[in-house]
Amino acid sequence: MEEHELEILRLVEENGRLDIATIAKMVDRTEEEVQTVLNKLEKENIILSYAAVVDWSKVNEREGVTAMIDVKVTPQRGVGFDEVAERIYRFPEVEALYLVSGAYDLLVVIDGDTMSEIARFVSEKLSALDSVISTTTHFRLKTYKHDGIMFGDGEDDDKRIVVSP
Amino acid sequence: MTTPVRKKGRLSEAVQNIQPSGIRRFFDMASTMDNVISLGVGEPDFVTPWKVREASIDSMERGYTAYTANPGIIELREEISSYLSRQFSTPYDPENEIIVTVGASEAIDIAIRSTVNPGEEVVIIEPGFVSYAPIVSLAGGKPVSIGTKKENEFKVTKEELEAAITSNTKAIMLCFPNNPTGAVMTKEDLDPLVEIIEKNDLLVLSDEIYAELSYDQKHYSFARLPGMKERTILISGFSKAFAMTGWRLGFVCAPADITAAMLKIHQYAMMCASTPAQYGALEALRSGQDDVERMVTSYKQRRNYMVKSFAEIGLSCHVPGGAFYAFPSIEETGMDSNAFAEGLLHEERVAVVPGNVFGEGGEGHIRCSYATSMESLETAIERIGRFIKKHSS
Repeated sequence: MEEHELEILRLVEENGRLDIATIAKMVDRTEEEVQTVLNKLEKENIILSYAAVVDWSKVNEREGVTAMIDVKVTPQRGVGFDEVAERIYRFPEVEALYLVSGAYDLLVVIDGDTMSEIARFVSEKLSALDSVISTTTHFRLKTYKHDGIMFGDGEDDDKRIVVSP
Repeated sequence: MTTPVRKKGRLSEAVQNIQPSGIRRFFDMASTMDNVISLGVGEPDFVTPWKVREASIDSMERGYTAYTANPGIIELREEISSYLSRQFSTPYDPENEIIVTVGASEAIDIAIRSTVNPGEEVVIIEPGFVSYAPIVSLAGGKPVSIGTKKENEFKVTKEELEAAITSNTKAIMLCFPNNPTGAVMTKEDLDPLVEIIEKNDLLVLSDEIYAELSYDQKHYSFARLPGMKERTILISGFSKAFAMTGWRLGFVCAPADITAAMLKIHQYAMMCASTPAQYGALEALRSGQDDVERMVTSYKQRRNYMVKSFAEIGLSCHVPGGAFYAFPSIEETGMDSNAFAEGLLHEERVAVVPGNVFGEGGEGHIRCSYATSMESLETAIERIGRFIKKHSS
């Protein structure tokens, strides 16, 4: 990838709301060039989505429940873990799914409204899959940092004096 | 009964003869107002990288709270030495050519005080940082300014330097990348000055605090020019490159005889720089270069944004090659820099610093620091654009 494409990618990764005109000025390219780069990155599925990082704990009655589930599975001949992974990640409740090294094979992140909803998903959907051998569920208690963003008040407020030499 | 305090004559003439910085007045004005977007801040908008803060905290937990050696802990001087070699090809001996100072500000002070005799002249490049001339005056020297020009991209030329020199000239104070103009001087720009400096046997005090913040080519240190290290005092520090302004930590490098002289002032006036700050700086040099590069990329993007946006709203602005200031001309508005900055603050709540506070050649310009969030810059540009429109009919 070319240097200016990387630069644009990093800019939108950090702030998906930057408009094309601003990005163009920042990277010293024309708006058309920036648009072309973004189109290409989107088409190649390098940029998958422009999403906000939300602290749902601050939204009344919308906090929800998140669980991280360690899953041990039997790999299938020929397709390894991919087939069982696909059967799992197609559930819309699944927020993230990773194949991991170590004591477990898959790490599933589930978002739900209540703990019982998640419990139901684990017992009725996840454990019911033939190749799933065992599951260990960890409920999230608090988010300190997500996607590189510090939750809570962080260090956002400017502590500098307004005019200095 | 106590004797009444005699107020007349209790202040030194030297201090009475220097003026408080013109920046102060804008600080006073801006700090009483709400909803101000400030482009007046002369420091990074980043917080010091966490690894540096963590290292400093750790040093305090382990009890490193005593004085250090006068010139600073030897490990830090060694790191400064290898950092300068690595980044700028200017090697200095950690044992007797480097002093860790309380900010580059102290370095400026001790460099001037240890070299300038009463009556001797120091050539100062203006627009420039506000403390050079007052420090020269306090040392009994005479500041002689060169006002650089926009058409020369605020670089100093051989002819300008030659014209400023008299038989009393002792030194020239260089400051590139420059605060407030953002001007840089490349090797090709510096080369022609060498002849004049050698001919007049001058010392060079080179304040390179913004060296890392060079956007279009790597910074070329004056001390790197052939034969110049022997007559150069190199001043730098951690404030700008590592976002450590509040730590007050800088360093000064010079030939051993000058270093020994500066160390005398430093040991009597300061004893040593803050110990926890020195341990933080050690970590900054050992593992902070990635952070520097991340911040430099971000400044460069904002520099580009500002220069292009100024052009769009009708302010002519040379492309600043370094530091984090844009220095657009406001002459076309017909206002002087003070009136412009004051009007902009009161009518649009944008704080900038009028160019005239930075000395000769600064009038007709405003200093806009772009070390602030993109969001603030966008709003500031919108407000400045509206202000210009309103006053240009």
